[in-house]
Amino acid sequence: MGPVRPSAAAYVGCAVLGALLCVAPLPELPVPWSAIALLAALHAGCEQLPLPRALGRSRAGGSPTPPFGRRALEGMGTVYPVLLAGAFLLPPAAAAFVPLPGALLARVAERPSWLRRGWRAARLALAVWAASRVHWSLGGRDAVAGPHFPDALLTAGAAVLAFCLALTALDGGILTLAERVPARTAWRGLFLRSLAPVAVHGLAGLMMAVLWRSPYGPVTALLVLLPMYVSCWVFAQYHRERAAHQATIRALVQAVDLKDGYTRGHSERVGQASMMIARELGLHDRRVEVLRFAGILHDVGKLGVPTRLLRKDGPLTPEERRIIELHPEYGHEMVRGIGFLGEARSAILHHHERLDGTGYPYGLRGRQIPECARVVAVADAFDAMTSTRSYRRARPVAAALRELERCSGTQFDPAMVRALIRALDRHGWHPVVTAEEERGNAAPPPALPVAGQPAGRVPGGGGA
Amino acid sequence: MTAGRAPLVLAHTTAALLAAGCLGLTLWRGLDEPAVALAFGALVAVGELSRWSGIGEREPAPLGAAGALSYALLGQIAGRPTHHGVAQVVTVVLAAALAGCVPHVARGHRSTADHLTRRLLTVGFTAVCFQPVYRQAGPHGWGGPAYTLLVVALLVLTTLCDAVLAAALAHSRTRWPFGPLLRDELRARLGIGSAVCATGAVMSPAVAVVGLWALPVFSLPLLLTQLSYRRYAAVRATYRQTIASLARATEIAGYTPPGHARRVAALSLAVGRELGLSGPELTVLEYAALMHDIGQLSLVDPVPAGATAALPVEEQRRIALLGGAVVRQTGVDAEVAVVVERQADPYPEQPVSARIVRAVNAYEEMAREEAGPGGPLSALERLRLACAGDYEPEVVESLARVLQRDGLTLPTAG
Repeated sequence: MGPVRPSAAAYVGCAVLGALLCVAPLPELPVPWSAIALLAALHAGCEQLPLPRALGRSRAGGSPTPPFGRRALEGMGTVYPVLLAGAFLLPPAAAAFVPLPGALLARVAERPSWLRRGWRAARLALAVWAASRVHWSLGGRDAVAGPHFPDALLTAGAAVLAFCLALTALDGGILTLAERVPARTAWRGLFLRSLAPVAVHGLAGLMMAVLWRSPYGPVTALLVLLPMYVSCWVFAQYHRERAAHQATIRALVQAVDLKDGYTRGHSERVGQASMMIARELGLHDRRVEVLRFAGILHDVGKLGVPTRLLRKDGPLTPEERRIIELHPEYGHEMVRGIGFLGEARSAILHHHERLDGTGYPYGLRGRQIPECARVVAVADAFDAMTSTRSYRRARPVAAALRELERCSGTQFDPAMVRALIRALDRHGWHPVVTAEEERGNAAPPPALPVAGQPAGRVPGGGGA
Repeated sequence: MTAGRAPLVLAHTTAALLAAGCLGLTLWRGLDEPAVALAFGALVAVGELSRWSGIGEREPAPLGAAGALSYALLGQIAGRPTHHGVAQVVTVVLAAALAGCVPHVARGHRSTADHLTRRLLTVGFTAVCFQPVYRQAGPHGWGGPAYTLLVVALLVLTTLCDAVLAAALAHSRTRWPFGPLLRDELRARLGIGSAVCATGAVMSPAVAVVGLWALPVFSLPLLLTQLSYRRYAAVRATYRQTIASLARATEIAGYTPPGHARRVAALSLAVGRELGLSGPELTVLEYAALMHDIGQLSLVDPVPAGATAALPVEEQRRIALLGGAVVRQTGVDAEVAVVVERQADPYPEQPVSARIVRAVNAYEEMAREEAGPGGPLSALERLRLACAGDYEPEVVESLARVLQRDGLTLPTAG
């Protein structure tokens, strides 16, 4: 994030002013100061609770997460129940005060820290005030104190809805102003995504409030937070493990890199191009992700090819070429045991098949070739042509696309080629790791095409 | 053999006697507050239905456990005192758990008997400690925070007993050492176990205040926890598969014989358990054993038959360092990389896991070399003779014990 834009600063200023207005009636109200102090201390404590950090998420996670949406829900496992319990127990002005000390004291990683602290505090205070206001005016206070049960659930539900709406509106506003996200994308899905988790937190908050008022007192109410904290902790562990897992997938590719200097940057780019084609075809998000892995891992079978052959300096004999053409089968054999890869495994096996049936390993033709393999084949050939190799210079993207179109129908599925062209028209081609960068830190590249194919021919990825 | 199974038989007999006695008493006396019994029974049954046996799952049905505990701790409902006794608690939990177990038994899960035994004994223990005391004190003798603190203390005690019971059952089933098993059980109790206890402790006062509405409301956060745990376990399982695939890279590349990494990992795990390593240490050991040969990928030509133990020490160290470099990129615990790097060092300088990997790897290579029934025996003999500097005697001895127990056969490659 760069410097804060003036409009965003003004927006935060307005929010802070609003929060101050919410808290303003506090000195005149006969409020239970001990309850406020206890809840505020609890909230501050929850803000400081350590959770295992996800490592390298920005790199491994694929799509960048919005700075306010997802992260807010992960970290808030114990914070929201406390705040909502406050909203159910206290009058609006007092409830809005509860988040202030914790939010103002919390550590902020990025500068300008006071602006960010102010924003956090004001955001929570306004949302809690809205929830408490709704709850109060519906008579939820008596329902909690009673407790009268279906009524308490209804009023709490309305309050949670208000809380969620207020948060969404505020977050959408800051995304639009500070991060220049278009207003429609900023608000789209934000509300629905956050409603379910906030509702669960709201139930926990309601239970806290009911027990707080009961003869069993605040001590019992605190126990409600323990399952929430454990859940949140496990969730963070899950993210950490997931990141480690993705790093391991990449390590599979890097193992190939030890033998064949090109593979890594190439693999990442093929993954990216496969993902673009899959998105353009309108595939489900899960399949898009699987196809990204298929692209990343498509050449993993090169591990099975003797290093001498991969690095061979000079033309290959037919016998040697046959050995290299075994790599899709080696790759399939390797990843067979990884359940979550699903259809990516068949993409790895069949990415050198050709539509006219002259490819390998099985010589499948047309629709016999799995869809994902047809996607990876196009992505592979595209990157092989547009990246610089020691034996030839990179071709411009336009020339590569012309070549793909020329071979579509015989070698490539025309639908996939068209999808790639449309995707490139729309988003352009911004490879994650460029060939030049890769050259700088890779092992010495082989002096000749590894698969021994002449540079002029469309390699079908074989030269990669 | 029979002596080892004594705790198992004892626990099962006690649970069966308890169940039969309580069932008889309840049948004779009839159910008090059948609606409440039905509601809690339904909660426990649903909890058991959603039970799930995953990797490293210590409490497979947290919702069932929390529901059963809170029924055992129930003294009031919406302000009125309840009258159910210990016998009814055990009977309701037994019936609900049995109903919830039907699909699991139908699917052929083997751990159901142990699971039921533990559930009945812990619930019986909690109810026996709580119900008579509560009844004696009367409805006004208890209340306020003191009640909660007492309940929490009781649940902590119950959890400790349950951990001991679980470790004893696992010990008599697997014959792994008791100490590390107990330690792992206790450590696992910190996570999901504490969530279960807190929910159980909070649910009974909540029902006492609110009535049965509290049950669904309180189940939800715990259900969320359970869901998080499942996703975590699922990603862990996938992660393991990926590590195993990475380990097979050397086999497919022709550097090591098929199944070598898996056999070394399985034997190393058995030896690690024998030596009393804890759960996380065993994970590190398993990953390191799976990837111990990965450094060979950097070699232009394969070592003959992948037998690194026969190479000069300098060469072994070089390969180990290369392997460590690859492992460091995989995102696994840095300790795994250390074990892989140090696997060729003399044993006094190695961490325990590296000693195990080294000895087991050498054994696997030697046993393979000498085909036939005498192979494993002479390989062990050669390891013992080489103990002077390379292989730690204690590790070699526990390897011998593991092999003797499992009939001197290698785990088959699949």
